Amino acid sequence: MSTFDDRELLWLLAGVAALLLTATAVGQVLERVVATPSGRATVDNINARVRAWWVMSIAFAIAVASGGIGSVVLFALISFLALREFVTLSPTGRFDHAALVWSFFLVTPLQYVLVGLQWYGFFSIMIPVYAFLFVTARLVLAGETERFLERAATIQWGLMICVYCISYAPALLLLDVKGYEGENAKLLFFLVVVVQLSDVFQYVWGKLVGRHPIAPTVSPNKTWEGFLGGIVCAVLLGTSLWWITPFNPWQAALMALAIAVMGFVGGLVMSAVKRDRGVKDYGSLIEGHGGVLDRVDSLLFAAPLFFHLTRFFF
Amino acid sequence: MRWAAAPSEDRQRVFFANHTSHLDFILIWASLPTRIRKRARPVAARDYWESGPIRRYLARKVFRAVLIDRGAPGDSAERDPRERGQEAIARMVEGLGRQDSLIVFPEGTRGSGDEVGEFKSGLYYLWRERPNLELVPVHLANLNRVLPKGEFIPVPMISRVTFGQPLDRAEGETKEAFLERARQAVQRLEES
Repeated sequence: MSTFDDRELLWLLAGVAALLLTATAVGQVLERVVATPSGRATVDNINARVRAWWVMSIAFAIAVASGGIGSVVLFALISFLALREFVTLSPTGRFDHAALVWSFFLVTPLQYVLVGLQWYGFFSIMIPVYAFLFVTARLVLAGETERFLERAATIQWGLMICVYCISYAPALLLLDVKGYEGENAKLLFFLVVVVQLSDVFQYVWGKLVGRHPIAPTVSPNKTWEGFLGGIVCAVLLGTSLWWITPFNPWQAALMALAIAVMGFVGGLVMSAVKRDRGVKDYGSLIEGHGGVLDRVDSLLFAAPLFFHLTRFFF
Repeated sequence: MRWAAAPSEDRQRVFFANHTSHLDFILIWASLPTRIRKRARPVAARDYWESGPIRRYLARKVFRAVLIDRGAPGDSAERDPRERGQEAIARMVEGLGRQDSLIVFPEGTRGSGDEVGEFKSGLYYLWRERPNLELVPVHLANLNRVLPKGEFIPVPMISRVTFGQPLDRAEGETKEAFLERARQAVQRLEES
């Protein structure tokens, strides 16, 4: 599968580059214009985010362009880093060590091998059935029963979120959609662009007109105005990208709606986990964004749903 | 990795840290700026590092470790601990030479990682012997979770090395007061 034969994908990548150039230019202008200290902090953060977006977009473009294997490797790496951030924040102890070693070095790679082998039957149950059972078995063998369910559930949730859910994104490449053979990379592109830009739209709307917090105890920055404005923009974006998908414009709009809403919910849930642990970010790997898990939180819930909607209806 | 004060001039230093895993020394060593790293030698237990050819090679050739005898369970009756202590100090002074630095773990053994344990007195005698040394406290966070005692495969968790301000000299300080002050200097870095 040579992706550069695909004219549409080249146009899309050019579109992303144009978008980033615009964002960089706007950032430069803002830096000249904004003078208040709090405004400056926001502008600095925005510019740091844009710089990080360049790096992430280039990595994503290379992965998509190299065909299936590149995407599988990229998302496997993301899962590994996300799990690392998740486990660092979790109160695991020395009796959890062996279960964690298996999670990092066997379960995570195996899940992506299954994606690469396109073995849907096993891919979809390996973690929620066998890895979950295995984790409890390994914890029992370690011989510590205190807070047993809590410890098992923490590791299982880490695998579910950081590995299983994320692996649905590259799994889009193994779908068989009639009349769309060999073009699946654009489905992955559609998902990632809609979910990430939906985040950006929600952030921008929230900053500009956000007044009423949607879940004040979880995340004071998420507002009704940001949510609604962001969702509407994301649906418009998704609709305008219908020509790269196997969907007609109406279907593309509904898909984008599903992706954006699930993206919001995923972000909210992962914020609650951070609250519970008393931290603001999962890490500091990506400048301006926080950790890897902070960046992909909205993908977590959206990827499986988009995968299954596509698989069952197309 | 964080530095409280960037190490500028070439001074001889002793980096002293809490000890929670086998990875401790490697992490400190790898975190040091190249110029300082080249002159930093770990102080380690002879009984551990001389058992087996690979360990011996690593200790001698790669890390240039200063190996000292610690009271291994078997030989405690054979030698006077005091004499052994003096010999350890002599070896450390010899290991410092004219331009090298040392990395030491004054707790003497790996702790649980929750709290910094009591320090052995070697650090005190070493500083009395060589008062021009700069004593830098180092705190290692999360490494006991990366590789707990008794495990062999590390879990890739995010960990942190914090280098603190060098200790000030205090005249007429007792051994116990000094050791407690040094211990707290490491402990405090955890909260910062």
